Amino acid sequence: MNLRQIRRHFVSGLMTGVVALLSALACLALFLILANLVIKGASSLDLNFFIKDPVPAGQTGGGVANAIVGTLIIVGLAALVGLPVGIGAGLYLAEYGNGRLGWVVRFVADVLNGTPSIVIGVFAWTWLVKPMGHFSALAGGVALAVLMVPMIARTTEEMVRLVPHSLREAALALGYPRWRTSLSIVARTALAGIVTGCLVGIARIAGETAPLLFTALGNLNFSTSVLEPMQTLSLQIFSYATGPFEEWHRLAWAAALVLMGLVLVLGAAARIAMRQRQ
Amino acid sequence: MTKPAADHSLETVRLTALYGRRAVVKEISIRFAPRTVTAMIGPSGCGKSTYLRCLNRMHELSEGGWVTGKVVLDGQDIYEGDLDPVVLRRRIGMVFQRPTPFPMMSIFENVAAGLRVNGHGSHAETAHAVEQALRRAALWDEVKDRLKRSATALSGGQQQRLCVARAIAPEPEVLLLDEPTAALDPGGTQRIEELCIELKQRYTIVIVTHNMQQAARVSDFTAFFYLGELVELGVTKEMFTKPKVARTEEYLTGRFG
Repeated sequence: MNLRQIRRHFVSGLMTGVVALLSALACLALFLILANLVIKGASSLDLNFFIKDPVPAGQTGGGVANAIVGTLIIVGLAALVGLPVGIGAGLYLAEYGNGRLGWVVRFVADVLNGTPSIVIGVFAWTWLVKPMGHFSALAGGVALAVLMVPMIARTTEEMVRLVPHSLREAALALGYPRWRTSLSIVARTALAGIVTGCLVGIARIAGETAPLLFTALGNLNFSTSVLEPMQTLSLQIFSYATGPFEEWHRLAWAAALVLMGLVLVLGAAARIAMRQRQ
Repeated sequence: MTKPAADHSLETVRLTALYGRRAVVKEISIRFAPRTVTAMIGPSGCGKSTYLRCLNRMHELSEGGWVTGKVVLDGQDIYEGDLDPVVLRRRIGMVFQRPTPFPMMSIFENVAAGLRVNGHGSHAETAHAVEQALRRAALWDEVKDRLKRSATALSGGQQQRLCVARAIAPEPEVLLLDEPTAALDPGGTQRIEELCIELKQRYTIVIVTHNMQQAARVSDFTAFFYLGELVELGVTKEMFTKPKVARTEEYLTGRFG
């Protein structure tokens, strides 16, 4: 080996090492968070935690059943509103969005994507909470949906654009109208990717707190009415973690662990859905 | 159920295809005889594929694509009046360079796709038509036990025959083949060529090919395109033995192209 080769090997090894180290650092954050949550929260996870509602301050033995159910309802509501709109917009962008209108929609989506979530909360408060006269799960769901739409739209667009043009042509040559080509050939082919995008989008909003502070508000009692204030895990964590009681802090850690678990499950499901594609 | 093969006439009159202001196919008039195979040959970029795509109004889907002149199918100019191109494309089958099975559909669903979009027929009728089409595409024996499986599991040659089956299932009047063997191995190519000769008993076939031997093997008539113009059109045997135009001879003997 001459000197140049030795140098090349050395630089190559060095760079690989640096990149590996940085990757490890990126993963380290997640592991630290998870470890922390497990250490501080796992011991509080008993049956009561899942099936009981909060008890008044000072007492022990309460749970966060209301927050778990509330999270599911509000996230479900957001998905119900946000997924069709987001997928539709993404499909439009990919299939018909090469003109001026497409440019505008794409620009709006990108700006909305970068909008701080608390601003979206204020928006929902102005347009839903104020006219209705009270806080509600519905307003919270809509706020999360608004947050979700641009994410879903852009990932859907990317996935749909991956479908080879030749498939579109084949469908059109067979006498498919344009809209049916988009729906039953192109969207269907991109389905796994779209589902993945949706799951990632849901995971991303499941833990949002800021937009819910002045929409869903929170609720100490168990409630399934979407027209009333509702508790979510994120709101529960916020109020318990900032409270003065040791018991509350314990429950906040446990709630954070459950929320993190939910996000992990959604993330894993997204991975599996994506693998189905190949 | 199976209609007797009818004679369908197809003709282009001074057909010009343009991208924006650039004409890539110039004033081409060809009359395709029913139940014959006509091969379009010529060097890359000579406009033969674009010409083919004008016959089922696919050219206008390309950015800036438009045409002048006429394409007359069974006495009707397909570019005139309020004829819906979507309906027209159901009367003209097309197979592309690369196999394009719909990946999320089974073999059966792929062949049935064109029938379903037509929106007629009971389940039994559809099943019958699918079997017919697969038999005519010489694929039935290879796939009859796995109709519900994904079409992407088939080999390239099988996929292309599946695309032929899909194209002929709705009983089109004309079949357009755009370099159908470009992506196939010699075995797959041979099957498609045999199919071509077999299918001309029922359909008027127009095939674009880069392969001159292929044109000689499968076609009754050959049209030689150069720079968007039709240089020579004639009976294949005559054209390949004694072409009338010097340029054709130069191309056929490999002196350019």
